[in-house]
Parts: sequence; structure tokens; C-alpha cells
Amino acid sequence: MNIVNFTPLSALSGGLLIGFSVALFFILNGRMIGISGIASSVLVTKDKRVDNFLFLFGLILGPIFYNLISGKEIIISISNSVILLIIAGVLVGFGTKLSSGCTSGHGISGISRFSIRSIIATITFMIIGILTVLVKGFL
Amino acid sequence: MNKVVSLACGIIFGIGLVISEMINPEKVLGFLNIFRDWDPSLAFVMIGALIISTPVFHLFKKNDKPLFSSSFSIPTNKEIDKKLIIGSTLFGAGWGLIGLCPGPAITSLALLNISSIIFVLSMFTGFYIASKLN
Repeated sequence: MNIVNFTPLSALSGGLLIGFSVALFFILNGRMIGISGIASSVLVTKDKRVDNFLFLFGLILGPIFYNLISGKEIIISISNSVILLIIAGVLVGFGTKLSSGCTSGHGISGISRFSIRSIIATITFMIIGILTVLVKGFL
Repeated sequence: MNKVVSLACGIIFGIGLVISEMINPEKVLGFLNIFRDWDPSLAFVMIGALIISTPVFHLFKKNDKPLFSSSFSIPTNKEIDKKLIIGSTLFGAGWGLIGLCPGPAITSLALLNISSIIFVLSMFTGFYIASKLN
């Protein structure tokens, strides 16, 4: 194992902002943020639909605000294999809906609450994510 | 006021995903690549988030109610069942294939990247299929 591209400071600062958003949403609106839950309920229930939609819209405004404030361009590198994108997207949507949470809902909100269920979910998706990247490397 | 909070929290969360680079699938795949060239950065995203959200949750859950809502809504499901394990497994596989989870995927729509758009549409299809099965 080699350590590469390590950027702990920007990771920590971004993480603090994410934690701040989760904390604020709880103190003010009384809910723990879980993005798969928020996104899937916009699709399937009318309950809090406007709130949920506004949160998702805010997420999309995030990069635009960042760009306006910092003047920095945001560069991402993502696969362009349509088949792989579709398979992965369906797996992520189906899996997070089935287990009622994703990296935010289980990984941050759930662990904050010391939920055993969320700790097990987080360990599971981390291990499977690591194994998937490992196996993909041999293909 | 609820609506303003929702929008503001979304914006803050989205900026956090950009600054931490969690929005970049390559960075996420680097984090999951622990057996070869490992980029441990994203562990610090989780640490940063948890050191704020954990104490705030435990301090404020004792209050009668949140500031702009009539009651707290905290998940009560404690069951460790097949749905949790199978769901997390499928999610982990999809996450490891492309490097996007729901938050960064939706946030990255701002970049108008065609791959992100295909991923998000597929993800919503996955939500829909799972909700029909239940």
C-alpha cells in the first residue's frame, strides 16, 4: 500500500461544513440528514416534499456558490461508460432505499446517534466498496 | 422558516462536498483503493462531520422540540435485518464501481456532466424500483 494524493486539511474543512449542515438541520428543523432518504421521498411521498426538494436544490447550488466565492473551477473525473454508470446508479439507488440510508444517513447521521444499525450498514458498504475497487483493478 | 433552513443546509452541505472533494469520483475511488495507492483523505471528511454532528445531536435531542418544527423526527428502526445487509452490500458495490454516492451525485449535477446526469437518473430509477417492492 502507498499513500497518495493525501489532502487531510481540505477533507477535514469540507467535513466540518457537512457536520455543521447536519447539526443545523437537526437543531432548527428537527431532522437528521440522509440524502438517499430525502431524494427518494421527493420521488415517492408528498410528505415534506417542498422541504426535501429545496434541500436537494441547495446541494446543486453548493458548487455554484463555491465557484462564485472562490473563483475556482471544480474539476471531477468520472467514468464515461454508460453501462457502468447505469448499473452503478441503479445499485446505489436500490441499495440505499432498501437499507434506508447512504453515506450521509448511516455514515454520518446514524453514527452520530450511535445507532448500531447504521454502524453495521457503514462497515458493510465500506468493505464492499473496497472489495469492488480491488476486484475492478484485476479486470 | 423550515424551507429557508432546508435550502441553506443543502447549500452548506453541497459546498462541504466540493471543498472535501467528495464530489470527485476519482477521489472516492482513491479512498476505497486501500490495497494499492491509497488516498486516506475521505476518512477526514467523516471525522470532521462527526465531531460536530455527534455532540450537537446528543445535546439537543433532550430539548422539547426543534426551533422551527413541532417535534424532532429521529429514526426508531433498530432492526439488523436482511434488508439492511443486502441493501448496504448493493450500495457498496455501486459506490465502488463509479465512486458516487447519493449526495455527491446530486451535487455534481451543477457541473452539467453527462456521466453524472446518467448516474443520477439511474439512481432515481433504483429508488423507484425499491419503493415498489416494499
